[in-house]
Amino acid sequence: MLDTDLFLPDNPTLPEPRQQLGGMMAADLQIKVNDQNRSVSATPDTPLLYVLTNEMNLQGPRFGCGLGQCGSCSVLVNGVETRSCMTPVSNVAGKNITTLEGLPAWYAAQKKLPSAPALHPVQQAMIDEQAVQCGYCFNGMIIKASELLSKTPRPSETQIRSAMNGHLCRCGSYPRILKAVSRAAQAMNGGAK
Amino acid sequence: MSTRRDFLKTGGALVIGFSLADSLSAQDRSGTATATATATVRGSIAGPPDARQIDTWLAIHADNTATVYIGFAELGQGASTALLQVAAEELDLDMSQLSSVRLDTNVTPNQGGTYSSAAIARGGPQIRTAASEARLALLQLASKNLNAPMDRLTVSRGVVSIIGTPGRTVTYGALVGDKPFSLPFSGSAPVKPVESYSIVGKSPVRKEVPDKVSGKYVYMQHVRLPGMLHGRVVRPRGQSAYGAGAKVLDIDETSIRAIAGVRVVRRGDFVGVVASNEWDAIRAAQQLKVTWNNTSTLPGTDGLHEKMRAAKTEDVVVRERGEIPGPFFGAAHVVTQKCLGPYQSHAPFGPNCAVADVTTDSALVICSTQDIYTLRTTLARILGMPATKIRVQYYEGSGTYGHSCHDDAAEAAAILSKEVGKPVRLQFMRWDELGWDNYGPAHVGEVRAAANAEGKIIAYEYQGWQHNWCTVETSDQLALGTAPAERPGAGAQGINPLTLASMYDIPNLKLVNHRVNGLEYLKGAWLRSPLDLSLSFASEQAIDHLAFLLKQDPYAFRQHNMTDTRWLGVLDAVAKTSKWTPRQAASNLSNAKVVTGRGIGMGTHLASYGAAVAEIEVNKETGRVVAKHMYGAIDAGLAVNPGNIENQISGQLVQTASRMFKEEVTFNNSNVTSLDWNGYRVLRFDECPEVTPIVVQRLNERSTGAGEEVMAGAAAAIANAFFDATGVRMAQFPFTPARVLAAIGRRA
Repeated sequence: MLDTDLFLPDNPTLPEPRQQLGGMMAADLQIKVNDQNRSVSATPDTPLLYVLTNEMNLQGPRFGCGLGQCGSCSVLVNGVETRSCMTPVSNVAGKNITTLEGLPAWYAAQKKLPSAPALHPVQQAMIDEQAVQCGYCFNGMIIKASELLSKTPRPSETQIRSAMNGHLCRCGSYPRILKAVSRAAQAMNGGAK
Repeated sequence: MSTRRDFLKTGGALVIGFSLADSLSAQDRSGTATATATATVRGSIAGPPDARQIDTWLAIHADNTATVYIGFAELGQGASTALLQVAAEELDLDMSQLSSVRLDTNVTPNQGGTYSSAAIARGGPQIRTAASEARLALLQLASKNLNAPMDRLTVSRGVVSIIGTPGRTVTYGALVGDKPFSLPFSGSAPVKPVESYSIVGKSPVRKEVPDKVSGKYVYMQHVRLPGMLHGRVVRPRGQSAYGAGAKVLDIDETSIRAIAGVRVVRRGDFVGVVASNEWDAIRAAQQLKVTWNNTSTLPGTDGLHEKMRAAKTEDVVVRERGEIPGPFFGAAHVVTQKCLGPYQSHAPFGPNCAVADVTTDSALVICSTQDIYTLRTTLARILGMPATKIRVQYYEGSGTYGHSCHDDAAEAAAILSKEVGKPVRLQFMRWDELGWDNYGPAHVGEVRAAANAEGKIIAYEYQGWQHNWCTVETSDQLALGTAPAERPGAGAQGINPLTLASMYDIPNLKLVNHRVNGLEYLKGAWLRSPLDLSLSFASEQAIDHLAFLLKQDPYAFRQHNMTDTRWLGVLDAVAKTSKWTPRQAASNLSNAKVVTGRGIGMGTHLASYGAAVAEIEVNKETGRVVAKHMYGAIDAGLAVNPGNIENQISGQLVQTASRMFKEEVTFNNSNVTSLDWNGYRVLRFDECPEVTPIVVQRLNERSTGAGEEVMAGAAAAIANAFFDATGVRMAQFPFTPARVLAAIGRRA
């Protein structure tokens, strides 16, 4: 049995306005997104999310709460699922950022495949299970599940639920997401259980 | 080749020298003189296009594909795929040959709003009619082309051939090739008999799913316009009473002096900021010091139901038959049950967003409204320009499940754009969306029901208190001072006579709606299966308790009290699938710390039929309740895409568990206080039940809605399962640990 509160983000209050950051100047920062080096002009405190969406026009990470509570904005930073809405862009300089768009290539590199597949197995499994309803949360769902399967290739259902518990879905697509993650795990293990 | 889609993209004028109407003789058709300009100018003039013209609904392209112009929004429910199935079926086209376009007041027909589970119920017949009219016109053309009588023609994948003469064929594309039909409906086009359906009733995969998992899908939140500014609204954290709005006393612009390039926009009590950099706009909106005239007129969460119950109300008898209250006196068994239902939020996981480009004489507003044409009318008043100068386009946002802040976002973007003279993208923050939602209204319900010694329900009375739905969005109210108002009467926003015991044969019944004055409460609007969870929570617990008093199995008792075959159909389907075994409820009570229970419940929203079973677990020490497995059955008549409906049922079961166990808008005497996902809790993976959806297919019944019809039954099933587990009837939801412990404690 899971203990819910273990998995709730520890973020009980809304962030206070940060007056002291108001005068921070924009600077050129080097970041590496989906294997490409990019120079971006942003104040160091700018959350990574806004750089990815507005300067790089990426559509994977997306705004959900700005509080790190829901997972809509998740990306991988050096392979670790990270809430881009709460991560200052200056914190990720020099690190490998992978968004939903870059997942197939990230997977190919991990698995040493000769070329990137069209979709990460988790993405394909979401289609196969027709797990999607509105699909807005699926960026975070897919990013988190990909991270999980990269570390735990054969997760139990309890492990999947635990790992995914910080990602919220309004449409109630959790049951099909659970099936899809199991299906992806099987596919990644060569179809064997 | 220039396709219609290219044309729409460029927004240019499509000029075509002749139309199909010219190539059909007067013998073929009548009424061609009314040929419309629809197709030739689609995209460049304000709609809605004439609903009686084929071109309004359909375009056949030279490559033998077709575009269907659908007036319903894709909300993740799969409506766009299902409506294409209807068109494909009538046209004898393959699903791969069909596509649809986004809603646009300059392009798509007005089929009314996408709510009340209407997309298939109302939209299906409209699309079927349009497609059958197009097919008739195409066969008339093919008949001439192939020099064969129409009754000898057959069509497969848009290729017309002569029965018994396989060599001679012509494609739809060759017959039409992007030219407009310029034909009105004949009114006599035959539709396919259900028996020959090969696409409707199957479950092709939804067309938009691959793009949604790859990141290619363009959500509203992704839309950008050149030269656009980022806007945010500045409002008190959490709304006050709807009637109080928010009054600005002072704005201290020096509070954001340190953020360069930000402009404060004020119109009336509407305050916003715009900046070319989004993070600047966010910070400015957070830091701008506005002094609000703080009102304290709300009852607070704890005083809510008492105030509603004591309120001066406008009362309507919604349904009455037989004699009430006579049969209650001397009846063998009488039960009463209360429901205190909370305000619940739509809580879309991506807060609403809109982009507007308002100039002095035109406006483009891109948003996630569920009703593009009605919003256009409202925007005309707000912007002070004719509706025909305004173009409203729909982009899907995140699942909204009713009237969340999408129209408010559109209005806010339009107001900001008009004030600054540039395109503005307005993105609500999490606290804007949760704090200024049009919540699903709270409810007080009181029911009593009576049965005779033979186990027949003989009398039923329901009294319900709630306020109506708002008609004025927050931006309109604050910017223009438009007086807040609610819809008049009881109507759809009052108690629902379908969910309230309509499935049972009860000779004496009375339903009374008590309308309270919503201006003293939070803003309300429809939230998926409006009021039905509260209604069935009370109603179906009362029915269940009659079975208990009669020492009967609750499923058998229900069967015994209904004759409608469709209600019986869903009830039997869910009982069978859940392997229901007969026994009296609460007959297995245990002293264990964690106890289990199962419950059954029925209900609907509109014309469909729903029944559900819930198996739950109650921890009597912590007060935590978890649904382990939920089963839901819907009979929505002809199920166009049963796979979509299964997905809808699954979602409804999970969302019902969320609403029964977690969701509650909280507020103090001045403001809403549940402003983030810790304040407004929703169900997570760890407590997600296993779900089993059941679609009862009725090929010969008209299609009705399937997006909300099993939630009422599911809510009741949970409440009845709680009784089965604990022997205690809950009178209030959500079942927070504190409420559960208090309820169990009262019994002990």
